[in-house]
Amino acid sequence: MKLFESELKVVNIGLESFRQGLNDTGTRSVQVQFKPPLSSETGLFMKAGKKSARINKANQKALTKILAAKPALVGMGVALDVIPGMKKNLILHAGPPITWDRMCGPMRGAVMGALIYEGMAKAPKEAEKLAASGKIKYSPCHEHNCVGPMAGIISASMPVFIVKNEADGNYSYATQNEGLGKVLRYGAYSPEVIERLKWMGKTLYPTLKAAIKLLGRLDLKSMVAQALHMGDEVHNRNRAATSLFYRAIAPAVIKTARDPETAADVLEFINGNDHFFLNLSMALSKASLDAGRGVKDSSLVVVMARNGTDFGVQLSGTGGKWFTGPAPVPDALYFPGYTKADANPDIGDSAITETNSLGGFAIAAAPAIVQFVGGTAADAVSYTLAMYEITIGENNIYKIPYLNFRGTPTGIDVIKVAKSGILPFIDTGVAHKKAGVGQVGAGVLSAPPEPFAKAFEYFARNLK
Amino acid sequence: MIKTVIKKGAYFDSVSLMQVAKKLNAVAGVMDSAVVMATKENKGIIKASGLLTPEILKAGDSDLAIAVSAKTPEAAEAALAAAEELLNKKPAQPSSGTDRKAAGLDDAVKMLDGANLAVISVAGRFAGALAADCLEKGLNVMLFSDNVPVETEVELKRSAIKKGLLVMGPDCGTAIINGAPIAFANSVRRGNIGVVAASGTGLQEVTTLISNEGAGISQAIGTGGRDVKLEVGALTFIQALRMLAADPGTGVILLVSKPPHPAILKRITAEIKKIDKPVVAVFLGGEIKEKIKEDFYPAKTLEEAGYKTVCLSKGWKLGKAREMVYDMNLKAEQLAKKEVMKKRRSRCLRGLFSGGTFVSEAQLILPELIGEVRSNAPLDKRFKLKNSMELYGHAVIDLGEDEFTVGRPHPMIDFTLRNKMIISEAKKPEVSVLLLDLVLGYGANLKPLEDILPAIVEAFIQNRELSIVTSVTGTETDPQARFKIVKGLEAAGVIVMPSNAGACRLAGEIVRLVEKR
Repeated sequence: MKLFESELKVVNIGLESFRQGLNDTGTRSVQVQFKPPLSSETGLFMKAGKKSARINKANQKALTKILAAKPALVGMGVALDVIPGMKKNLILHAGPPITWDRMCGPMRGAVMGALIYEGMAKAPKEAEKLAASGKIKYSPCHEHNCVGPMAGIISASMPVFIVKNEADGNYSYATQNEGLGKVLRYGAYSPEVIERLKWMGKTLYPTLKAAIKLLGRLDLKSMVAQALHMGDEVHNRNRAATSLFYRAIAPAVIKTARDPETAADVLEFINGNDHFFLNLSMALSKASLDAGRGVKDSSLVVVMARNGTDFGVQLSGTGGKWFTGPAPVPDALYFPGYTKADANPDIGDSAITETNSLGGFAIAAAPAIVQFVGGTAADAVSYTLAMYEITIGENNIYKIPYLNFRGTPTGIDVIKVAKSGILPFIDTGVAHKKAGVGQVGAGVLSAPPEPFAKAFEYFARNLK
Repeated sequence: MIKTVIKKGAYFDSVSLMQVAKKLNAVAGVMDSAVVMATKENKGIIKASGLLTPEILKAGDSDLAIAVSAKTPEAAEAALAAAEELLNKKPAQPSSGTDRKAAGLDDAVKMLDGANLAVISVAGRFAGALAADCLEKGLNVMLFSDNVPVETEVELKRSAIKKGLLVMGPDCGTAIINGAPIAFANSVRRGNIGVVAASGTGLQEVTTLISNEGAGISQAIGTGGRDVKLEVGALTFIQALRMLAADPGTGVILLVSKPPHPAILKRITAEIKKIDKPVVAVFLGGEIKEKIKEDFYPAKTLEEAGYKTVCLSKGWKLGKAREMVYDMNLKAEQLAKKEVMKKRRSRCLRGLFSGGTFVSEAQLILPELIGEVRSNAPLDKRFKLKNSMELYGHAVIDLGEDEFTVGRPHPMIDFTLRNKMIISEAKKPEVSVLLLDLVLGYGANLKPLEDILPAIVEAFIQNRELSIVTSVTGTETDPQARFKIVKGLEAAGVIVMPSNAGACRLAGEIVRLVEKR
């Protein structure tokens, strides 16, 4: 039979020492990194297996929508005016739903800062009281077509970017990125933070809005595709994408700004913030993934998001249901003076980039930041390669030069995650666990198993 | 105290620098450290941690600043020296990619184009599903894992047969496919002998005996011990037989097993009848008496089966196999006579085995020479030891039985338990002969001499009348090299025989002569 007539090539799963005999006889083999499945309900795996034809079809449908998305920056507006369901006393936050009493330090700090920014409170103490009073309502960004990095706080008068998926007509929204250091999204609320936000509202926003209006639209998707070829993964590294954005917007800013000083200030602000593009990369991801929502029987993951307390997941085929579990503390490199003991559990909607095949999923494209993942380019490559095990397809636009322009792993399949035990790999920033301190480091982490196990079990149990 | 070093115009990316700082903080006596480019932003950050010295304040954007806060000047100096070393370290070469681990099965199949065999040794509760996935991907499967439910085994094997694939195991310890040793296997010559074995140690014994006699193996297929039971119905055993019957590289077929279930044996013999190649079979304790076909050759022991197969393979007369055994016996008798000289009161035989099949073989050979032999794995239930650790009379035990291996590596790898028993049995004045086995090859203990000799030396010190007899299952090309092991054992006073059957006969002969006196 065939086995005896062909060259023996062995896939070794388990004891690595078994490869010695193969190596000594020149037999080619690969070692598989085995991980146990996330769920012990073998019956559910069998059920999903039996319905695999239907699920695959649904997943392909959702994936096609995501791949076909054409997210473009089409304008800017004020949250209250443009975000669906936005209200004056509503604050949007990152991650799955959460109440004030369960919010982590940095998210509380950012809420307080937002209330001061809105003029609803004068001092932090007053803001804290108001935040806890019940007069302020909270809702996840994701439930309003929005995404926010870290604490992800959006309040009524904050300006937001408007991103349109021109293929499907759906919109997404995100705030302007404030830069690094003491910033609202990391939970800081000191006067300098509020002052910067005010400047961003009064100067940055109208200038960029006019410039975008002049340009009509900016194709974000091709910008990200180029940035991947320039060493970004557009989550922890946005230097190339920010530069590309700057190149595209600068002439329009100069043409439309009210005076040269304003133009210079705005351009200098973007130039000085390597992460300026992050919020756009997130909005682009959100607009793309929302197009894949609501496909019956699809096990494709459309949201991964954290609120600093819980890590939440949503699937295409299970509507607006959140599957959550405790958010882990990232494995990070810390700024001088800080350690893991200072770190808040993982926070932010920015994992939407990984959900959209970027960030940690595309880390093989970003050799400059491999120190986050063990220090060698090979480590980064193996992380990206591992993600192909849990995804449905490969991207048609986002490609990785080092992998001979292979498309990034796209469309996380919760069944594959649960079965293989391979968890999505996420790049992340680290906030101090106390409100008001800000960023203390950056790093990476594997998503926690619990939300995926729950999502898989719910999905499989409800398969008809 | 705080120490600062400024390196002008030395650029490092911030992430590398954070890593250096992380390592500096681990230096004894260091309380905090900062390794940063001296930009305005970074100065702000380290100011907060109290490390902003006047030197750093003066440094510019393109300067590297290292600041260490330490308990003593020595600690600070040590940290600065460490920083220097870390910053100058050459980056590790990116690995070539050829030895990257696959993240999962999809990745593995992509990495290894044309992959055709999966060897699975993960915990049993995961192994079944994994094996099913491998079959789905068109891979043949060797399931080393045990604790796979029998229903899963049957399901896997049925689905494999439908796909034209082979499932070896579960609990299959060894195989040789296309010349490659899989799991616990020896480095043997290639040749025209195809083996099907429902016994791992049995497969290793016959393949090494064959190889050491100059013949070779085309394929050796393990089935897992449960395959020949009624529930599984020899699905793999029969499939393997058919594969070997059709394989142009196989001229002679050798079957090894503990006795199959009678109904299953019928199926196997029916299959043997169809094969137009000579077939040798050893069903330890269940010798086939009927004449199945003209060129069918039953054997009582692994040794006899091995030698008969060698004769068939080489085109020698079968009588030659008998001569080979006869010559060995002659040698054994002379050795036995010499050993008896040192005996005074001792008369008992104790066999301490790591290979289960050897325990069966011992129980087939010894009773003819010395009468009743007890065991924890008896062929005849009447001779079951009540307590496997309390040996009396003549006894042989299998240290690979579950009762000994729970939470412990297999005795072929970890000698600790057997070494203890070698010494404790030697201390008993009635013990005259210790009968052992030593299995070499891939997967087995890689430094067996170092591990066993201290116990052997101690045993001889404890018991002046003691004889220690062993077989060494292995070849010269095994990682341990058989001749080295034999030489080391003989130098310590151990009598080494070429086969387990030979060792059993010699050990039995010594006791027989003692009892005859």
